[in-house]
Amino acid sequence: MIELDQVGRSFKVKRNVVHAVRDLSFTVSAGEFVGYLGPNGAGKSTTIKMLCGILTPTTGRVRVAGLEPARRRTTLARRIGVVFGQRTTLWWDLPLKDSFELIRHLYRVERGAFAARLAELTETLDLGGFLRTPVRQLSLGQRMRGDLAAALLHAPDVLVLDEPTIGLDVVSKNGIRDFLKRLNAERGTTVLLTTHDLGDIERLCRRVMLIDHGRLAFDGTLGDLMATAPEESSIEEVVTRLYTGGASRSGTG
Amino acid sequence: MVRTYFLLLWTWTRAAAAYPASFALMNLLGFVTAAIDVAVILVIFANTTTLAGFSRDEVLFLYGAAALAFTICDTFVSNIDRVSSHIRTGTLDTFLIRPVSAWIQLTADRFQITRLGRILQAALVLGYAITALGLDWRRGWMIPVMVLTGIVIFGALWTLAGAAQFVLTDAPEVVNAFTYGSYQLSQYPLGIYARDVVRGVTYVLPLAFVNWQPGLYVLGRDDPFGTPEYTRFAGPAAALVLALVAALAWRQGVRHYRSTGS
Amino acid sequence: MRNRAITPRRCPTIPLYARLVRYGFRKHATYVWAALAGAFTNSVFGILRAYILIALWQARPGLAGYDMTDAITYCFVTQAFIGPMQLFGGGLGLPERIRSGDIALDLVRPAPLQAWTLAEDAGRAAYLFLVRGIPPMLVGALVFGIHFPAGPGRWLAFLTGFALGVVVSFGWRYLIALSVCWLLDDRGVAVVSLVLTTFFSGMMIPLHLFPGWLGDLAAVLPWAAMVQLPTDLYLGKAAVAQTLALQALWAVILIGLGTAGTRAIRHKVVIQGG
Repeated sequence: MIELDQVGRSFKVKRNVVHAVRDLSFTVSAGEFVGYLGPNGAGKSTTIKMLCGILTPTTGRVRVAGLEPARRRTTLARRIGVVFGQRTTLWWDLPLKDSFELIRHLYRVERGAFAARLAELTETLDLGGFLRTPVRQLSLGQRMRGDLAAALLHAPDVLVLDEPTIGLDVVSKNGIRDFLKRLNAERGTTVLLTTHDLGDIERLCRRVMLIDHGRLAFDGTLGDLMATAPEESSIEEVVTRLYTGGASRSGTG
Repeated sequence: MVRTYFLLLWTWTRAAAAYPASFALMNLLGFVTAAIDVAVILVIFANTTTLAGFSRDEVLFLYGAAALAFTICDTFVSNIDRVSSHIRTGTLDTFLIRPVSAWIQLTADRFQITRLGRILQAALVLGYAITALGLDWRRGWMIPVMVLTGIVIFGALWTLAGAAQFVLTDAPEVVNAFTYGSYQLSQYPLGIYARDVVRGVTYVLPLAFVNWQPGLYVLGRDDPFGTPEYTRFAGPAAALVLALVAALAWRQGVRHYRSTGS
Repeated sequence: MRNRAITPRRCPTIPLYARLVRYGFRKHATYVWAALAGAFTNSVFGILRAYILIALWQARPGLAGYDMTDAITYCFVTQAFIGPMQLFGGGLGLPERIRSGDIALDLVRPAPLQAWTLAEDAGRAAYLFLVRGIPPMLVGALVFGIHFPAGPGRWLAFLTGFALGVVVSFGWRYLIALSVCWLLDDRGVAVVSLVLTTFFSGMMIPLHLFPGWLGDLAAVLPWAAMVQLPTDLYLGKAAVAQTLALQALWAVILIGLGTAGTRAIRHKVVIQGG
């Protein structure tokens, strides 16, 4: 569903060339739930932007849902859903329901399918209480659920989440995690999730990829990840070791 | 495309309605703001009967035609000049993940229906000038053509200004000299400017076709700079060429953003 | 930004304000590209407006007691004022702070809000005078040729008038900014202020050209003190003492109203909790 083949991306910053991502290759199959980890500035956002077609890779080849994102950005947009935890894609002053209605038009979702989908999302994400509230008045947790629903109204095959649980309280986090788990299990939606919250990883991701300095530092199951460190280490300790370069940079994925 | 655009306009209008500022008041204030330019013309003609050989009503005619085209673009296209602020705040990405052209989304972005008052102001001035000058349809058929030409030219200018902002992220205000400056320039008969300036806005940046060249035809006057008669009719062609250039520049701008990420 | 933390308690009053002026100056110096873009725009508009005045003075030589070069000079001097006098409004950052409630923090500072804001604004004006004021004048001098004040006496009169103009402009904008406190939406006031300032300051066209009573009225309103009066001092077309006195009068009136307004919002924020 997602294929990266020796993808590199460099930026010019004041005459210096910075390699945000280099020689990155991985494949995510349909129905997988993958956690994408890495310290700040490791290249996570750059990767996500390339997956959405917002950014063209300098070298290598990207394919998402069989399409080349950089060339087929608007076609691809109908097949993937994207959520940025740091900023909303909803209309600030409009009731949530109106934002959804607009998205229906933008994505040309057929009316009947939309109604069914919205009813389902309203139930599973528990949106009923604030569908008619303007987005600016929503709490962060409510807004994030709204953003998730907005990204799924067109029933995308792939869902890309950039720090969806950032700043949320424990209850909201759990609600979102449960939802994502069900989405992946019941509908088979492929999910790629970046996060700094290792709880997300523990609860959701069978597979973990870790990127550091623009290169893939680990790719494997959560079990493999834990096995890179001495026994009884917590996931925080394991990841800290990897971020600070204390572990071998190899995985089995 | 067109449907999506109007849907977005409607959405922003409803979003604006969330604030209690009175719709009528803001329109009225827009009307008054735009009327300052007319007030300046009237003050000038309180001191003289002609400006570069043009009477007050003739100047109002040229002003009205330019103002109508400009305020329409200012209402429906100018929102595109926030590109660099969207780049700085990272919100441009949210436009690019949608399956709709970024140009459509950005020109509709934060659309303000309260700018309609300014369009009305321009239309009233133009209507007054047409009546006062007793223009008839033998030459007056050119008036709608020139307003449409003006819309295309100013729309292309805003698009160029938006495209430039992909590169000018540090100083997006530079484009104001270009967009609002073009409008300021076309408010008066080009006869007041130096020959080289007029040559520039005829052959390089075709502002002379917003109102000056076709206006000379409507008013039945010769060009003080002596351009041949057929240039009065060259407006639509010039506008199309500029629109093409703007479209290419916009594409290039989006491509630049996607290849530099800044 | 290298904005050092300002700790007012430790410094006596005058150095505090001197420091605030410097802080305002430096804060705007970080937006140098925006300021240069503004200078460019002001210069382009200066050229376009100059042609209008040239056409008018060709039709009416000697109008308003200006010769052709006076008229052109007028045009570029007023363009140079746009940045420092913030003629299109704003520049204080107060409305945002009032809306967000941060104004309460400003009000508990040991220095009065108005003086504090004025000092910062003076720094801003000084910076923009250099970066946005001088370029349009140079462009005018190069493209058309303009007058410069003859002799140090006229320079002094002009610079005093300019400084008073900045204070009047501040006084007006401060009142407009405070009005947010009582209005749900400040856009209406901002537009009214924009219209009054651009039209009645003489920024668009010299107030001497206004016909009859409108001209007489415009000449004594506060907006004239921002642009028309200092420009006439520059050109040597006005009685110096009288002009400076009128500017000073408006400065005192507006600052006085601002002080009363500050007291009112302090009352509102403290008693009603914002």
